[in-house]
Amino acid sequence: MSSNIPAELRYASTHEWARLEEDGTVTVGITDHAQDALGDVVFVELPELDIEVQAGTEAGVVESVKAASDIYAPVSGTIIAVNNALEDAPEVVNAEPYGDGWFFRLRPTDTAELEELLDAEAYAEVAESEAH
Amino acid sequence: MSERTPLYAEHLADGARMVDFHGWDMPLHYGSQVEEHHAVRRAGGLFDVSHMTVVDVEGDGATAWLRWLLANDVARLKAPGRALYTTMLNAEGGILDDLIVYRRDGGWRLVVNSATRKDDLAWMETQRRKDVMIRERPELAMIAVQGPDVMKLAAAWLGAAAPVVQALKPFGFVEDGDRFVARTGYTGEDGFEVILPGPTAASAWRTLREAGIAAAGLGARDTLRLEAGLNLYGQDMDPSVTPLESNLGWTLAWKPQERDFIGRAALERQREEGVPRRLIGLTLETRGVLRRGHQVMYDGRAIGELTSGAFSPTLGVGIGLARIDAGVEAIAEADVLTVDVRGKALPVKGMKPPFVSRKA
Repeated sequence: MSSNIPAELRYASTHEWARLEEDGTVTVGITDHAQDALGDVVFVELPELDIEVQAGTEAGVVESVKAASDIYAPVSGTIIAVNNALEDAPEVVNAEPYGDGWFFRLRPTDTAELEELLDAEAYAEVAESEAH
Repeated sequence: MSERTPLYAEHLADGARMVDFHGWDMPLHYGSQVEEHHAVRRAGGLFDVSHMTVVDVEGDGATAWLRWLLANDVARLKAPGRALYTTMLNAEGGILDDLIVYRRDGGWRLVVNSATRKDDLAWMETQRRKDVMIRERPELAMIAVQGPDVMKLAAAWLGAAAPVVQALKPFGFVEDGDRFVARTGYTGEDGFEVILPGPTAASAWRTLREAGIAAAGLGARDTLRLEAGLNLYGQDMDPSVTPLESNLGWTLAWKPQERDFIGRAALERQREEGVPRRLIGLTLETRGVLRRGHQVMYDGRAIGELTSGAFSPTLGVGIGLARIDAGVEAIAEADVLTVDVRGKALPVKGMKPPFVSRKA
């Protein structure tokens, strides 16, 4: 099954996407491929505001009907916003993984870390290799 | 190579996500497991359960043999057209399977789990007496039609049999030509299950779909049965536990005293010596999801673990079944247990299932 992988985003091999906003912050969510593999999302645990996260470390949990999965910060930074709307409507992660289904926003320590993430083409290969 | 039911093409046409289920290629969901769950609670859903194993038992000795083979007593079924739920035990009282047995005109029908098919058939063969004939019926398909509106929505498909089926009590059934229609199910909702020849299943499925009954997959089936407090074989029970340790004491027919059945002596011993563990329901008191394998803690020690767990779509909370040390049930209801959910101790409340009951 082919999934939606927007060309303008950057990706972690652990299935998070990262978008550099105009104000220099980075918005993070999980990919369409990830939400599809998880099935209906029923619960999201978001990071606390103002904490520092390191790239590749745990910054939340997404629980679906199938399993619990850790969400990793794709780049290092300070959490400046979390999507509290997901507490009451976790299904938005399934419906709009790149839109209203975002998880958190951070102020990156070093925007150069974004360049180390996968581009859409490279992530498509990761997603493809996991598809059955 | 996975086996396919006669409804395989219908599942693909409905956009199903297919998964391997004990050697069968089955629909997990058709887009959203949660929506399918709600469809069954609010109106109606259709499940392909053709992977389940249908076994007919006949012969002069069939009744006496089934009274020996099964822990519930088929003699409770006074006339054809009635069915009951039972376990099948080994000599130690361990659960080999759970099943429904139907009393037909001149014979019996058993519907057992597909995951245990081979072991069940082998067990029955070793226990078989020469005046008993056992015949598996792999050519039959089975569809579960479940939900508060299905008796109305399926009336046209049932045709002339509709009033008869509607008048049946739970666990009643009727044979209408080659359709075997029973008021049974695994969701806690009103509805029926129909056993029918494989070649006729696809047209039945399409007609029922067109009548406004949603296709529902194994994912929804699991959360529905858990909300209804119904055990799943292989998770909530297996040969290492007895019905008394599985919240299934009500399925044991102790009377008449002179009826011996496989496992009876072991169960009587356990009842006298004390049942060491009990299966109870747990609801999570905070946000989150309970899962099979989570440890149940009391006063700093593990007192058992979850055998099933899920997020209840109907209640919007985590629910589960847990097998815990006997004597802790009362404490559980006093609300001081916790469950270890990925390193966090979350408070749970003990209760007696079901979690969700059918609306009157």
